[in-house]
Formats: sequence, C-alpha cells, structure tokens
Amino acid sequence: MSQTAYLVLGAVIFSIGAVGLLIRRNPLVMFMCVELMLNAVNITFVSFSKSLNDVGGQVVVFFVMVVAAAEVVVGLAIIMAIMRRRQGASADDLTMLRG
Amino acid sequence: MLLATTLVERGVFIIAGAICVLGALGVVVLSNPVHNALSLVATLFGVAVIFVSQQAYFLAVIQVIVYAGAIVVLFLFVIMLLGVDKSEGLGRERRIWVRPAAGVIGAGITVLVLVGALVGTSEVTGTHSSLGKLDPNHDISTIGKALFTRYVYAFEITSVLLTIAVIGAVMLSRKPIGGAIDLEELPPAPADEWDDDFDEFEDGEFDDSGRDDSNRDTDDATEVAGA
Repeated sequence: MSQTAYLVLGAVIFSIGAVGLLIRRNPLVMFMCVELMLNAVNITFVSFSKSLNDVGGQVVVFFVMVVAAAEVVVGLAIIMAIMRRRQGASADDLTMLRG
Repeated sequence: MLLATTLVERGVFIIAGAICVLGALGVVVLSNPVHNALSLVATLFGVAVIFVSQQAYFLAVIQVIVYAGAIVVLFLFVIMLLGVDKSEGLGRERRIWVRPAAGVIGAGITVLVLVGALVGTSEVTGTHSSLGKLDPNHDISTIGKALFTRYVYAFEITSVLLTIAVIGAVMLSRKPIGGAIDLEELPPAPADEWDDDFDEFEDGEFDDSGRDDSNRDTDDATEVAGA
C-alpha cells in the first residue's frame, strides 16, 4: 500500500477522536478519544518511518506510548478523585476553577 | 508473485483499517463506557496490525501489551470501581453550538489532510535514514541503539516522567488528610457491631469452639503417641 492510504487512515481516526472528545461529556470516554488521537498520530509516524527508511519515527512512537501510559495513570487518578466527591460527574459539572 | 503480495497487503490494510475506523466510531457513539473500552481494544488491535504490515514488529508487540493489556484494563478497572457503567450516550447538549462546531472541526481536519495527501506530490521529502536504517529482522536492536545513543536524554527524562506519574497517582488516590473531608457526609462507622461480635467470640458462645478443642486434643494425643 502506498503511504497515502496510511496517512488518510490516520487522519480519519484522528478526526473521529477529536470529534468524540468534543461531543462526549463522560471524562472516561473523553480519555479514550485522546487515546484514539494518539494512535492515529502513531500510525502516521510509523508510515513516515517506513517511507523514509529511518528508525526515528519508531523511536518517537515508543516515547508517545510511554507518555500516553503516564497520562492515563494520572488522568484516571484525577477522575477517580473527582468521582469520589460527586457521583456521575460529567465534564460540564467541573467548574471549580471558574472565578 | 508481486501481484499476489500487493493484493494481500491491500486486503490486510482494508480489513485492519475498517476495524480501526469502526472501533473508533464505537468509542464515540456507543453509550455504555464498557462498550466504549471494548471498541477501543478493537481499534488498538487494528493499529497493531497496521504496524505489522509496515514491518514495525516491535511496536506492534508493545502496542498490544501496553495499550490493550494495560491501558484498557486500567480503563475497565476504573469503570468497574466507580460504577459508572450506566448509559449516558450522546444525550442532550447544554450548548447548542458544540455539536456543529465539532462536526466542522472533524470535517476540516479530514479535508485538510486528504487535500495534503492526495493533491500534493506523493514523494516524501526529507533526509533518508538520518538516524539509522530500518531493519525488520533486527527491529529491537535498531530501536535500542537509537534510544540509547541519540535519544538517551529523552529516555532518562521519560524515566523521571514515569516516576512522577506513579507518585502523582498515589497522591491523588489517597484519602484526603485532615479537614479536607466532610465528616457529616460519612456514613456511621460500623465499629460497634464488630466489637459485639468479638466479645461473643471471646466468651466462647460459638458452636465451633468445642470442636476446635477436640481437634487440639487429638493432635496432642497423636504427638504423644509418635513420641
């Protein structure tokens, strides 16, 4: 397959993730949409790494995976801390920073 | 032969891409968070297949292990722990402009990338093999060499990041100390009932106490016999 097909696939998944992040209000599902966007970017990195015959893209994908894992750990801990205070909170209810 | 490999490659791409896109749509559209997480697993496996088809075998393996094995399990664990598996799908939106704006943004990103990918030149510009050539047969050693030479500082910072993430998760999931917790909202402590049970047990009112003593006697008897 040509590289264009992989780029288009990555773009489609990234768009679906971005739209989901905007229209969903459950914090857990919003996190899943962030994971979708990160995976779309990973597809693009691997595709460019293949077509440039360079290992740098794969190393960057490795770092993206590590950062995604750390982000999920901290994010889910924050969601748990929020949900412990108020059951079933949606992202619209979190207005504690509003002055 | 070449035609056959091209056909297989195309078939793999179409199937894996369809799984990816359908899983991504499932993450956005489905209303149960557990179903969202399982759709995410489908997408992650599809991405792993895409990695394999591009000869990034090591990344495909850690994609399955880290994402599908750890991250989604963590999602499911939090869903189970919080009990938020009630359906709350694409319900009513409070601000009416959010949905059209999201649609415009999604369509805009897709159209931009489609124009860039399909209309422009299909050649990739840039330095080829600046960091090291890909070698699908020695995938891990190639990535490892790049990781520990050129990207060694990033690697060390990553370890610091993971440590910070672990400490932050522990700090966030602990119970707040002191006055941060509202004592009136807490349910009454069940300590009194436990104390009563414990007293009964000490007084020997349970039926099991006699049986325990008899067992102890027989044990002593066998020990004496053995001696």
